[in-house]
Amino acid sequence: MKAGAAVVLFVSAILIAGCNGAQSALNAEGAAAVQLKHLIIGIVVVCSVVWALVMVVLVLALLRARTPRESPSSESERRMGKLVTAAVAATVVIIAGLTIASFYATRGLGMSEDATLAIKVRGQQWWWQFIYDDVDPAKSFQTANEMHIPVGVDIRIELESSDVIHSFWVPSLAGKRDLIPGRQNVITIRAERPGVYRGQCAEFCGLQHSHMALFVIAEDMAAYQRWAAAQRASSVSSADPEATAGKALFMRKPCAACHTIRGTEASGSTGPDLTHVGSRQTIAAGLLDNTRGSLAAWIADPQTLKPGNNMPMVPLSSDELRQLSAYMESLK
Amino acid sequence: MTNDNKPAQPTDLMFGDDELERRLAQTWRTPAGVWGALTTVDHKIIGRRYIVTAFVFLALGGLLALAMRLQLAQPEARFIGPDRYNQIFTMHGSNMMFLFAVPVMEAMAVYLVPLMVGTRNIAFPRLNAFSYWIYLAGGLLLWISFALDTAPDVGWFAYVPLSGPQYGAGKRADLWAQMITFTEVAALAVAVEIVVTVFKQRAPGMSLDRIPLFVWSMLVTAFLVIMAMPAIMLASSTLILDRLVGTHFYNPTEGGDALLWQHLFWFFGHPEVYIIFLPAVGMVSTIIATFSRRPVFGYLPLVMALIATGLLAFGLWVHHMFVVGLPKLGESFFTASSMAIAIPAGIQIFCWLATLWGGQPVLKTPMLFVLGFIVTFVIGGLTGVMVASVPFDTQVHDTYFVVAHFHYVLVGGAVFPLLGAIYYWFPKISGRMMSETLGRWAFALIFAGFNLTFFPMHILGLEGMPRRIYTYQPEMPWAGMNMFVSFSALILSLGFLVFFVDVIRSTRSGQIAGENPWGASTLEWATSSPPPCFNFRRIPVVGARDPLWSQPEELTVAGGLRTDRRELIVSSVVEAQPEASESSPRNSIWPLLAALATTVMLIWSIFSPWAVIWGSIPIGITLTGWFWPKQTPEDES
Repeated sequence: MKAGAAVVLFVSAILIAGCNGAQSALNAEGAAAVQLKHLIIGIVVVCSVVWALVMVVLVLALLRARTPRESPSSESERRMGKLVTAAVAATVVIIAGLTIASFYATRGLGMSEDATLAIKVRGQQWWWQFIYDDVDPAKSFQTANEMHIPVGVDIRIELESSDVIHSFWVPSLAGKRDLIPGRQNVITIRAERPGVYRGQCAEFCGLQHSHMALFVIAEDMAAYQRWAAAQRASSVSSADPEATAGKALFMRKPCAACHTIRGTEASGSTGPDLTHVGSRQTIAAGLLDNTRGSLAAWIADPQTLKPGNNMPMVPLSSDELRQLSAYMESLK
Repeated sequence: MTNDNKPAQPTDLMFGDDELERRLAQTWRTPAGVWGALTTVDHKIIGRRYIVTAFVFLALGGLLALAMRLQLAQPEARFIGPDRYNQIFTMHGSNMMFLFAVPVMEAMAVYLVPLMVGTRNIAFPRLNAFSYWIYLAGGLLLWISFALDTAPDVGWFAYVPLSGPQYGAGKRADLWAQMITFTEVAALAVAVEIVVTVFKQRAPGMSLDRIPLFVWSMLVTAFLVIMAMPAIMLASSTLILDRLVGTHFYNPTEGGDALLWQHLFWFFGHPEVYIIFLPAVGMVSTIIATFSRRPVFGYLPLVMALIATGLLAFGLWVHHMFVVGLPKLGESFFTASSMAIAIPAGIQIFCWLATLWGGQPVLKTPMLFVLGFIVTFVIGGLTGVMVASVPFDTQVHDTYFVVAHFHYVLVGGAVFPLLGAIYYWFPKISGRMMSETLGRWAFALIFAGFNLTFFPMHILGLEGMPRRIYTYQPEMPWAGMNMFVSFSALILSLGFLVFFVDVIRSTRSGQIAGENPWGASTLEWATSSPPPCFNFRRIPVVGARDPLWSQPEELTVAGGLRTDRRELIVSSVVEAQPEASESSPRNSIWPLLAALATTVMLIWSIFSPWAVIWGSIPIGITLTGWFWPKQTPEDES
C-alpha cells in the first residue's frame, strides 16, 4: 500500500535527517531541542502504530466481504459494539498518555531562573536586532542577524518586535516563540555543543519573510568573551585609503541616517548597527555570504537582491561603491 | 389549517397522479429563460448553481497552488516575485476556505437536505436566493481584485499589525475583510435555513432518531456557523474600522492588542475546520451505508460524536496560538481539549470500520473515495494529535508540517468525501450516471497525487522549512523534496482534470440513472432523477430510519396540501408530527436586487464610512419590496 511505503519513507527520512542539516528540528544540539526531538519521535511512533492498526482492520474488513455471509444478526452486532467500545477506550487511554507526556515535556522546558546571559531580540522587517545590554551602558552593544552565545549555559532570550509579528526559531536549539508588538516574550536556550545554528523567522511578516534568517554561533566561554569584548569596542579606522574614503562617503551619503557605527557620527537606528559588520559571516539577514563583492552588490542594488526591503538604492559611482564596500569590510 | 372560509381550494387528495403532477408543476415551476434564472427560489436550482460556482473556485484555487509549486520547485526561483506570491497564497487560502470549502458543503445541503427530509423547498427560499447572489458577489470581488493585482496579501488569517493601517498599504486588507463579510452573510443565511428546514419541515414520522446522518451533520454544522461566524465578522469589521476611521482595536501603542485579533480569528477559525469537516462526515456515513448494503453501525454514537465535535470545536481555538507565549495552565488546558477531539473522531472511524466489517462492501467510485478518506484522514487526525501537544507544536508550528497536516484533514478529510458525494448524488442531480472508468482513474490519480504531494511536506517541516515563504536559499536541504512535491502536484491536478472531464461528459451523455441507481435508503431516492420542481408528488410518511429499505415497494404518503399555491407541511421538532400546512414563497426578483444593493454598500464602505448610511437606503427599499404583500395565494395564511 502506497501510504505504507510513505511511512517507511518517513521513518528513514527521520534517520537520515537526524545526521545532517543546519536548520532542522531533527538535528537537535540544544537542551530543549533534544527533549523535543525525543517527544516528537515518541509521539510519531505511537501514532504510526495506531494508523497501521486501523489500516489492518480496514483491509481485513474489505477482504472479509468476499466471503458470502448471512445478514447481520443481533449477536454479531453486539459483538461489534463491544469491539468498538474497546477501541474507543484504547483511544482514550492513548490520548490521555500523550497529553500527560506532553505536559511533562512542557514542564521540563520551563524558564531557567539562573540564566548567565540575557539577550534582547527585536524583530524588524526583515532582519534581527540582537541587543547585549549591560548594567554599564558603555559595555552594551548590539549586532544584527548573528548572535554569539557561550555553550553549556542557559541564555535568556527576550523577544520584542518593533513592527509586525515575527517568530524566533532556531530549531536545533529550541522551539519557536513569537515576537509580538506591545509584549515581551521570554525563552531560554542552551547550546550543548559549539556550532553555527541557523534559524529563520517563522511568522509571516510581509514581503521578505522568506529572507529573514539568523545565525546563533555557540562557542566556548573564552571565545565568546573575546568576541563580546571585540564587539563592545568602538569601530577602528582602517589605514587603507580606500576604506578611509569609504568612511567619508558613508557619513556624507544617506547611509548614516539609518545605520549606527560607534566611534563615528553615524547614529541612525532604523537599519542594523554596522559597527562591526565586517566581523559577521553573512549580510542581509543570511541572504549573502559576507565578502567585499557581496557587500558591493548589496549596496549597489538592495531591491533586486531582496525586493521590498527597507534599504533604498543610493546612486553611487563604481569608485564610490568600491570605497564603501572596502570600508564595510574593514569594520571587523 | 386555514381553509375554513374557502372550502373549494384544490388539494392533492382530489387528483390522480398525472393530474396532480401537472398542477404541482404549474404552481412550483421556475419560468424558462433569463427572468426565471434571476427570480427562482427553487432550492435545487440554487443549490446546483452554488455547487458549480464553488467548484469553479476550487479549480481557480488549484491553479494558484500550481503557480506556488512552480515557484517553490527550485531555490531562489524568480517566476513569481514576493508581492505576487503573497497575494497568491493569501488568495489560495481565502478562496479555498471562504469561496470553496464552506460554500460547497452548504450548497450540497441546500440541494439535498430538503429532499432528504421530504419537503418541497428549503425554509426561507428567498433568503436562499439572496445568499447565493451575495456569495457570488464576494467571490467576484476577491477575484477581480486579484486580476487587478490588488488582491489581499496578508494571508487568509490577516494577522494584525501586518494587516493594520500602518503596514497594510492600499485597500488590499480591506478587500479581504469585506470578502469575509460577503461570504459570512451568505453562510449565515444558509445555516438559518438548514436549521429551520430540519427542525420544522421534516416529513411526517421522521422523528429525531430517524433523521439521515448527512442531515444531522448539516444541522450541527449550521449551529456551528451561527455561533462561529459572528466572531469573524466582529474581527473583520473592527479591522476595517481600524483602517478606515482610525480606531485602535488592534494597535498596541494606543491600548489595543495584537493578540485580540488572533483570539477572535481562531474562535471562528477552528470551528471553521469542523464546518467543513462535519458535512463530509455525514457524506461518509451515507455512502458507507449504501455501499455496505446495511444500515450504518452505531447511529446514536455517530450522532453523539457529531454533537460532541461541534461542542469541543469551540474549546480549542488557542491551539493555533501555542507559540504566542501563553500561561502554562492555558497551554495544558488547550492541549487536553485539542487531544480530546480525537475521541469523537475515533468513535466515528470505528463505527465506519464496523459498518464495513458487518456489511458487503461494494467498491464503486463513491466508496473508493470514502476508503481514500479513511486512509488519509486518519493520518491527518494523528498529525492533529501531534500538533495539539504544545512542545511538539513549538517545533512544527508555521512550518510545512502544518501545511501537510491540514491538507490531510481538509483534502483527505473533506474533499475526498465531497468527490465521493458528487459521484454518489450526481445521478440524482443530473439524472445521469458518471463514468465508473473515469471515476476510478480520477480516484487513483487524486489519491496517489495527493499523498505524494503532501506527505513529504511533513518531513520538510521537521527539516525546518517555514510556511508562507516565496523562496528558499540553495544551501537549505529542501530543494530535492520540493521538486518532488511540485511534480506530484501535477499528478494530483491531472486527477482533478479527469474528474472535471467526467462531470462535463456525464452531464451530456451519461447513462440514464433512474430513481434509485445505488439502491440507497434515504428519501431523496424516492423521487425521479432529477427531481421535479415540487420534489415529491405526495409527501412521504417515514416509519423507519431507512425508509426505502424498510418499505421497498411503496412509501406511505400524506395528503391534504393545496395545489393552487406553494404549500408544505410544518411538523413538530421531536416527533415530526404534522402541525400545519404553511405556504412557501414564490419566485421573486427582490432577493437579487437586495443582494445588489448590499454589494454596493459593502464595497463602497471600503472607501468611505458614509457608505454605511447612504448605502443602507437602497437596501431598505429592496427589502421593503421583498416583504411587501403581493396579493398572491401564498400571502393568505
